[in-house]
Amino acid sequence: MIKHDVVIVGSGLAGMRAALETCKGLDVAILTKVYPTRSHSGAAQGGIAASLGSTESDSWEEHMYDTVKGGDFLSDQDAVEEYVKAAPKVIYELEHLGCIFSRTPDGKIAQRHFGGHSKPRACFAADRTGHAILHALHEQILKEGKSVKIYSEWFMHSLITEGNKCKGVVVSDIQTGAVEVIQAKSVIFCTGGYGRVCKITSNAFASTADGVMAAFNAGIPLEDAEFVQFHPSGLYRQGILFSEAARSEGGYLVNGKGERFMEKYAPSRMELAPRDIVSRAEQSEIDEGRGIDGKDYIYLDLRHLGEKKINERLPQIRQLGLDFIGVDCVTDPLPIQPTAHYSMGGIPTNKFGQVIIDDQGTPMEGFFAAGECACVSVHGANRLGTNSLLEAVVFGQRAGKAAFEYTQKASFENINEGQEKARILETFEDIFQRDGTESYNVIRNEMKEVMTSHCGVYRSAKKLEHCIETLKKLQVRYKKGKVTDRGKLFNTELYEIIELGNMLKMAEIIATCALSREESRGGHHRTDFPKRDDDKFLKHTLVYPGKDGLDIKYKPVTLGKHKPVERTY
Amino acid sequence: MATFKIKRYNPEKQAEPYYEEFQYDIPAGSTVLDCMNEIKWQQDGSLTFRMSCRSAICGSCAVKVNGHATLACQKQAENMVKNDTIVLEPLGNMKPLKDLAVDFTPFWDKINKVTPYLQPRSAPPEKERRQSPAEFKMIDDTSTCIMCGSCYSDCNVLEVDDNFLGPAALAKAQRFVGDSRDSKTLERVKQLSEYGGIWDCTHCAECVERCPKPAEPFYRIKEIMAVALEKGVHDNVGARHAISFVNSVKHSGSLNENKLPVESMGFFNIKGLLELVPVGLRMLLKRKVPPILHKSIENVQDVRRIFRKLNQ
Repeated sequence: MIKHDVVIVGSGLAGMRAALETCKGLDVAILTKVYPTRSHSGAAQGGIAASLGSTESDSWEEHMYDTVKGGDFLSDQDAVEEYVKAAPKVIYELEHLGCIFSRTPDGKIAQRHFGGHSKPRACFAADRTGHAILHALHEQILKEGKSVKIYSEWFMHSLITEGNKCKGVVVSDIQTGAVEVIQAKSVIFCTGGYGRVCKITSNAFASTADGVMAAFNAGIPLEDAEFVQFHPSGLYRQGILFSEAARSEGGYLVNGKGERFMEKYAPSRMELAPRDIVSRAEQSEIDEGRGIDGKDYIYLDLRHLGEKKINERLPQIRQLGLDFIGVDCVTDPLPIQPTAHYSMGGIPTNKFGQVIIDDQGTPMEGFFAAGECACVSVHGANRLGTNSLLEAVVFGQRAGKAAFEYTQKASFENINEGQEKARILETFEDIFQRDGTESYNVIRNEMKEVMTSHCGVYRSAKKLEHCIETLKKLQVRYKKGKVTDRGKLFNTELYEIIELGNMLKMAEIIATCALSREESRGGHHRTDFPKRDDDKFLKHTLVYPGKDGLDIKYKPVTLGKHKPVERTY
Repeated sequence: MATFKIKRYNPEKQAEPYYEEFQYDIPAGSTVLDCMNEIKWQQDGSLTFRMSCRSAICGSCAVKVNGHATLACQKQAENMVKNDTIVLEPLGNMKPLKDLAVDFTPFWDKINKVTPYLQPRSAPPEKERRQSPAEFKMIDDTSTCIMCGSCYSDCNVLEVDDNFLGPAALAKAQRFVGDSRDSKTLERVKQLSEYGGIWDCTHCAECVERCPKPAEPFYRIKEIMAVALEKGVHDNVGARHAISFVNSVKHSGSLNENKLPVESMGFFNIKGLLELVPVGLRMLLKRKVPPILHKSIENVQDVRRIFRKLNQ
């Protein structure tokens, strides 16, 4: 049995930041399906928020209000307050560690405007901010190589818990197929999101809900799973991200009639309204026949910015356009559509990163979570751009700190290694025994299709019921698909099948929570309940694994000085 | 219909690699990676390769396409078809594990060798360390590296010398050599001037051709060379070779091939000079010896004017 004081699952910003916090004096392992620099945090483009006030005066109070209003008042305000207060310090820390940032003429960290933020608050490194931070943290992990062991290309299958205590994880080495148990005093999940359940998504192939499902399967509820963010500028058909930075640098959104349609939806903020509002505006234009040539996309027009500014501030976006659709945004507009981007919901945690297992705030001892897989909740019903990199770093650090303190006093718990391993080996064997003829690709595509069309930007009871019914049928078909690779060595097909199993369940959870929330708030919009309903639904959803199906409960939102008001921009 | 000729390898089943052909009709707008995935999902689930972000930022999916390292998600498949065929092979200079997946261990080991983290001058200030936009520009290109291994795969030096740090690690080194916040510039360029470092690059610039980002390692290697020379780190064959080369051209307008090897080795490097003797003798036998008396070219004044213009 492998043993580490702390095992961190996931090696993006949250995971590596947590590792830096725990490695001073403890034996730490980071486990990742890929390699740390391949984590999806690296795809974040536009920036990381903090009220540094590099170019315009700013304050944490303003950052807090923007975040709470952006989240349609579903954020827990005690957590938001600590989060925005911590922001400037964590940015300076990243800079001290060596992270590169674009600079102002006098050498300060440059900042720009971003959707839903009232001040230029996004610190950035051109249009590859996530990549810059990811690599800076990776450099620090290499520096701490003696106390942090990296398990690259390992898959985490399940969480080992007993009562209220977490004892370790069951994992396997993707390269060899060997199943192992890692015994740990603390486990930190930083496993990212699950946008891959949708057809049009900006997410990497790796964003498949493995972490959240492992927590759920261990009996831990998931919070606010219905809130999925659709980013307004996904490349048409592919969903690949064109950063919001394109709009913060002055890009226009234009419909098939050549109109800057945001005028109708958010006249004061135009293209820089929060993402949920812009995505809905786009979808409305498309649904009402005003897409480009009546099709399901609209244009992101950057031509008026000029080649110089595009090259300096948005070089990656220009290159993506050239490589992926052969469009040069200097001379032509880019075809875009809303794309599933970020999961506001996830494993419930308190503001210290401890995982909470009920509506009373009871923590699961030795289990922590941070980043997109967690729900603190600072983003409420809709996250503002640049707040997710901040979340990953702030709560990565906090979860790391909490785990460090807990681990000092904790001891290794007994694990029945044989039994834990056998369970996963049985799963493998079960998959290898399947002799169906249906390709898993067909099942996966049907899931993605129904999630985008029936559980997307606009939802209704009718659509969601159909969605859940379809998913349940797919779950049955999943049990006997066609398997072609039964080898042990680097069997990527096996892992894709396991991931699909996780996604089919996660998709059902999203749709079921969405069906229960009979109101429209932030990223969750019901055409049959188009208004926000604070009387009935100013509360967080908690979904538990039930005896027959899913059990849905709710818990109150921690409000503070900002009382819910109508959200207009 | 295009043929995807893919190099297959699965040591569990067969010790030797072989090529397998798949027929696939490339849909408009598909990247090479899209095609690889569809072939895996529709025709043979055991086809193995790495991929994740599919937007040219995670660096997972580099493979050889038609003989050259390429980020599969970044290239439109129809542009890569030659004679109705696309050939896919694993990256070079690393050991294949299965099909198109190779063992990256040596790649990461070498990244680790260049002290790949900032070593600042002093304790951090309360706020950020100031850095001008011009100073940021010095590390802007190198920091776009996504560690995809394309340059490492196609590096001509690595093919013959495992000890070479390789383009990616050297580009990573420039990330800190060029960083105004780093304090160990001299130590870094000294270490990078040793065997296996910057001077072992043969300037073929293949890595620039293969790099999917603006990181373009060879240009970064040249930047480190310039810093090394500027800092007076001359005590090695590579630096002496570069200096001798420049002096000769500046003086006579052409290369003095008699002086160059001797000056590169160093006049007091007896062992090194003795090593040159057999080469010299072989050259003599093959009648490849340059003229004993080195003459200036006719318009040498023009060459010197260029040097003056460059303040050299």
